[in-house]
Amino acid sequence: MRFVSEYRRPDLARNVLREIEALVEPGCPVRIMEVCGGHTHTIYRHGLQQVVPPQVEFLHGPGCPVCVIPMGRVDDAIWLAEQPDVVLTTFGDMLRVPGKRGSLLEAKARGADVRMVYSPLDALELARREPDRTVVFFAIGFETTAPATAVTLLHARDEGIENLCVFCNHVTIGPPLRAILDTPGTLVEAFVAPGHVSTVIGTRPFDFIARRYGTPVVVTAFEPVDILHATAMILRQLRDGRCEVENQYTRVVRRDGNLRALDALAETMELRETFEWRGLGWIGESALRIRPELAAWDAEARFDLPARHEDDFKACRCGEVLVGAIKPVDCKVFGTACTPERPLGACMVSSEGACAAAYQYARPVSLTTA
Amino acid sequence: MCLGIPAQLVEIVDPAAKIAKADVAGVRRDVSIALCPEASPGDWVLIHVGFALARIDEEQARETLALLEQIGPEYEQELAELRAGTP
Amino acid sequence: MPALSNPLLEPLSDSALLEVDGSRLAFTTDSYVVKPLFFPGGSIGDLAVNGTVNDLAVAGARPIALSAGFVIEEGFPIDDLRRIVFDMARAAEAAGVPVATGDTKVVERGKADGVYVTTAGLGVVPAGLELGPERVRPGDRVLLSGTLGDHGMAVLLARGDLKLESELRSDTASVHELAGALAALGSGLRWMRDPTRGGLATALNELARESGTTVVLEEETLPVRPEVAGACEILGIDPLYVANEGKLVAVVSADTADAALAALRGNLLGADAAIVGEVRADPAGLVLLATALGGSRIVDMLVGDPLPRIC
Repeated sequence: MRFVSEYRRPDLARNVLREIEALVEPGCPVRIMEVCGGHTHTIYRHGLQQVVPPQVEFLHGPGCPVCVIPMGRVDDAIWLAEQPDVVLTTFGDMLRVPGKRGSLLEAKARGADVRMVYSPLDALELARREPDRTVVFFAIGFETTAPATAVTLLHARDEGIENLCVFCNHVTIGPPLRAILDTPGTLVEAFVAPGHVSTVIGTRPFDFIARRYGTPVVVTAFEPVDILHATAMILRQLRDGRCEVENQYTRVVRRDGNLRALDALAETMELRETFEWRGLGWIGESALRIRPELAAWDAEARFDLPARHEDDFKACRCGEVLVGAIKPVDCKVFGTACTPERPLGACMVSSEGACAAAYQYARPVSLTTA
Repeated sequence: MCLGIPAQLVEIVDPAAKIAKADVAGVRRDVSIALCPEASPGDWVLIHVGFALARIDEEQARETLALLEQIGPEYEQELAELRAGTP
Repeated sequence: MPALSNPLLEPLSDSALLEVDGSRLAFTTDSYVVKPLFFPGGSIGDLAVNGTVNDLAVAGARPIALSAGFVIEEGFPIDDLRRIVFDMARAAEAAGVPVATGDTKVVERGKADGVYVTTAGLGVVPAGLELGPERVRPGDRVLLSGTLGDHGMAVLLARGDLKLESELRSDTASVHELAGALAALGSGLRWMRDPTRGGLATALNELARESGTTVVLEEETLPVRPEVAGACEILGIDPLYVANEGKLVAVVSADTADAALAALRGNLLGADAAIVGEVRADPAGLVLLATALGGSRIVDMLVGDPLPRIC
């Protein structure tokens, strides 16, 4: 696959690893955090933690927009699916996430009309084809995905399609990064920044991390050689005493991002004052809602959602995992009471969650006896 | 968030609605180029949830690969010598 | 299901083995509920015959007869039913096995999703052929008869929800000849399975647990068609977990591995056969993948069906 396979070449990986080995210093650990489910996935899928020198430690931050949706919001989606004449559409990632009332897949088994889509445009198409139903799109994702929802809303508005509305749960990447950096005792020394979010927002929004917090950032692509390359770039910054936002993903990411996408967002959405992130609590200006002018397409305006807050289980330490303060194995319930089949907290609910990935791909042998 | 895949635009399906057909290793799908309207058949774009988000800069991709092919301690040494040599 | 517990069911393999008057019979059954009923490369009819024949074949049995039961929804188009039965007849003929008996029931509209098919199969296991997880030893090699994920991805795309177009076709086929070619190797053949629902990962996880060994796969050796790889990349699905309906995975002793590979490749259906891994002593009960980059990861048991993701 072009533009993918080249960045999985073992010979290139070996080159970069030799560079990394020349840059690390004995006894000097370097903790690099990535904040994107795609990066978590690549690191585990290709076993990158095992091939880098022991000084390099990858931490997995709050990069999973599925994991951070509070249970109460999932319950709201289930409630919507159970309303008369409603078809609830969403991405495959969300179907197995449990709220307090189970998951959307379970609601579907009980008779709710829940359908998986690959794109919000599929939800719009469904609304066109079934004018007697109300199609609700359960929108999740960071700034990478929000513009797709935005364009879909604009199409609906411009075509006068009234039987589509969006339950908007888009979140933004900046505030949780700030929250991590503000956490006392944080161990993060550098960030591998999410390449696809940057396709939309550019690299500028990460400048504050280098300037105000003195932490190097490398905006990175998603193949294993890319992540190793970013690791080398970070190590070089640290060795040179530089602190910058660098772009490893030059084949796709531009400094200013995608202006059309940003315009579509500005036209359709605005920042919520605050939003609850499962595991991290309430974070200000960290999520998007649909603008009042488009209330006709806003599920929260058209329906009176239960909007109940559901507490996480007491034993849950996801908050600490998400900011890199502890590793999944440090949590007492990891792999015992809390597993991908029965997740207790945010980090276990989807396969990109830090704990789910660790459990699935790299759990200690002691947890493997069935 | 993340799952973006490079695809090649094969043809414009609906110019008014800005829909094009994209191809990944022989698998095809209609995608919106509303966010990337300058993209045309033959171009490579990044696809995410049915939208082209950006054109792939083939020149930059080549440069990145060239860099990755040379990278390593010898390259570092060369760079260091170059810097030391410039006034 | 504890109420049904008995020694024949205990091994929980695809086929039950029965001792009858000195012969060993393999006996298996499966129900087919695939949606859509017709897809590129085949139909529910092909699956119903090939799936059951394959369960017999990987038990080392020569298939001798099948039965077929149909539960049909009232109003189901008669032409579609004819097509399905035709497909079954053709698949049965290719496998050299008759559909000896059958039954049909009609249920009211709204039940049965069109049609459900259940087939049962009977086969004879030659004397002296011993297969099973207990025969697997550290040092043995893992062989795969061809490319991964063709059927599951073809069916997923054929459902149309994801609006992906491709030339992908199901690989539904009877693997009885491939199994026979391996059985001819004698005691070097340890175990066989057809990696259907849950893919290769599920079949090997079951083996690792039942045999108390580790199975290590080499990423670079896994055969995957470019279109299947492309569709999996778009949807974020791992081909290791996608169903195959015309493939076989086998464990053979190290010294028979090359002969086994040649035997598979000598058959049209085994053209893409490969040695994809080996068996080790520990960590017991796990399947690992040695990645192309020199790392390793666990290939876990799947929770539910593989779902497309955006993250």
